[in-house]
Amino acid sequence: MSHPDTQAAHGHGDHGAQIPHFSMRGYVIGFVLSLILTAIPFWLVMGKVLPSPVSTGYVILGFAVVQIVVHMVYFLHMNTKSEGGWNMLALLFTTVMLLIAVGGSLWVMHHMNTNMMPPMTPQEIMHGP
Amino acid sequence: MSDIATTTAGAPREYFDLKGTHHPENGTLLGFWIYLMSDCLIFASLFATYGVLGRNYAGGPSGAEVFELPLVAVNTLMLLLSSITYGIAMIKMQQGSKSGVLGWLSITGLFGLVFLGLEIYEFQHLIHEGFGPDRSAFLSSFFTLVGTHGLHVTFGIVWLVTLLFQVGKLGLTAANQRRLMCLSMFWHFLDVVWIAVFTFVYLMGVL
Repeated sequence: MSHPDTQAAHGHGDHGAQIPHFSMRGYVIGFVLSLILTAIPFWLVMGKVLPSPVSTGYVILGFAVVQIVVHMVYFLHMNTKSEGGWNMLALLFTTVMLLIAVGGSLWVMHHMNTNMMPPMTPQEIMHGP
Repeated sequence: MSDIATTTAGAPREYFDLKGTHHPENGTLLGFWIYLMSDCLIFASLFATYGVLGRNYAGGPSGAEVFELPLVAVNTLMLLLSSITYGIAMIKMQQGSKSGVLGWLSITGLFGLVFLGLEIYEFQHLIHEGFGPDRSAFLSSFFTLVGTHGLHVTFGIVWLVTLLFQVGKLGLTAANQRRLMCLSMFWHFLDVVWIAVFTFVYLMGVL
């Protein structure tokens, strides 16, 4: 009883379900946002706008994350519904793996460096553990 | 045909998919997305390697000494432009305009080629100065990471040219539309990776 109705509701058939609808507006919004989100970090670094390099680093990382989300939404047409949510699930899983691989490596190796490297300067040798 | 659940005699079968939100009949796009995610993990490991080794200069040059940010900015712009021109090609595909698809795909390919050319120039310049991948751990990991991205772009262009011939010969068939869709995902994905590259490698390397 419900099957023909759902078919009709899906409308365009399998193609409509497969390929998302593209609009010029979405691409232009994505492009302009990306331009802005690219220009600001380059300006911050090349113009040495912020006082400390560390804070600049965190700020441009933030911009990169935002720009990646913009690309995902406007260019890759990511949403929670595509392919019945499996796209999003795979993406989330990959993000978790990525954070573990990159963050974990940096974390572990940073501690290895600080804990295992021999003291280098005479002062460090005098006051070292 | 009106109701699958009652076509079989006897007790009606139970379906979990009662609302008719059917699973994808053709899993190509989902499969390709999962490939991209696994590719993401390759890049993750290369980024982690670069993150760990990126400050080990072995007496050689640091990022601040060898990176030319204006060149990187132009490169970034090339990829961004190629992303939107690919988007326009997809809109043309939707409108069923074969010549539009061919034209905008070609422009996308040209931007990709300019990007590659600039990257090869940068690499060749570095190696010429004696700062090749054998100079330090920093340069090894840099060349591996950026080179892997460049290889992806190269294969993207090969694929794009193949599709130009396919669409030119067979038109916008369902199979070709699917292929264009997959390349679209691949191309935009490479742009996403490039965002991470220019931020993590170039900009933070210069800081």
